Amino acid sequence: MREHIVSRNVYFTIFIALVVLTVATWSVAKMDLGRMNAVVALTIAVIKATLVVLYFMHVRYSSKLTWVFVGAGFFWLAIMVALTLSDYMTRGWLNIAQ
Amino acid sequence: MADTHTTTHAGLAHHFDDMEQQREAGTLGMWAFLVTEVMFFGGLFLAYILYRSRAPVEFAVASNSLNVTMGFINTLVLICSSLTMALAVYFSQTGKRNRIVLFLLLTMGLGLTFLVIKGFEYHEKYVEHHVPVRFATYEFKWEGHASASGHEAASIPVDNGKVEMFFWLYFAMTGVHALHMIIGLGILATLVLMARRGRFTPDYHSPVELSGLYWHFVDIVWIFLFPLLYLVGAHLH
Repeated sequence: MREHIVSRNVYFTIFIALVVLTVATWSVAKMDLGRMNAVVALTIAVIKATLVVLYFMHVRYSSKLTWVFVGAGFFWLAIMVALTLSDYMTRGWLNIAQ
Repeated sequence: MADTHTTTHAGLAHHFDDMEQQREAGTLGMWAFLVTEVMFFGGLFLAYILYRSRAPVEFAVASNSLNVTMGFINTLVLICSSLTMALAVYFSQTGKRNRIVLFLLLTMGLGLTFLVIKGFEYHEKYVEHHVPVRFATYEFKWEGHASASGHEAASIPVDNGKVEMFFWLYFAMTGVHALHMIIGLGILATLVLMARRGRFTPDYHSPVELSGLYWHFVDIVWIFLFPLLYLVGAHLH
């Protein structure tokens, strides 16, 4: 598939969105939201990372095969985190040495 | 697609049918590498999640002693460098040789700025004895943190070992990230030399494009490091 040239306006728009989200993540972190602090911080970080991957890294305009590679990477990361936590978070249930 | 390029291009390797196939293969190869990088940093983030789940108070208090202003400025510096890198790729696609060099140099300047600011932060931590090492002449010490505005944080009782673990993760994660930045600067310097020699054309600029993917990836790592390391204790002020 022919290379897609992303226009400069798209880059500037994404840049401004990233700056705004960075300011937002600091502002929200100053409030005491209990457990929601971590949820909000990670949500904003995931949105920022997604913008970078889709636009700065051109994945939005890339081939389906590229999507598979990128998706598989983050899917395997999710497996690593989920399985490790399902071990650590349940060790106390059976009194196995922590 | 093979019949769209009847003339062979100087930048076309012999094992590819045409420039499109070559570019596509390069992109996939780079992403395969970046996926291994995702797993590499993923291990560190996993360690962070596990230790933070065991020591939420210590992580918040220790995080509070980091210089959030410097971390914030560095986040902006990296976002700017991602923009200049994206523009360098844009000018390589449109064949503006001088602009490629200019924006690669701007990206390098911002990358260097990041590392210099990081250096000042590391020095601050060194002076405060927050580097988690034990030598005859220097050792980790935690006596609460009263130097910043976190008066409330300074009075919370904590387990010093868990505080030290936060700093161990802080130095491991930011250190490995900084190493990636240094490698990135070397790659960018090489690109500048290649661009000056006119090696990149609208038909062939994969080195710029693929190095851009690497640079943006390193930016993404920092996008997660900033809230997880600097902002965990921000609400304690």
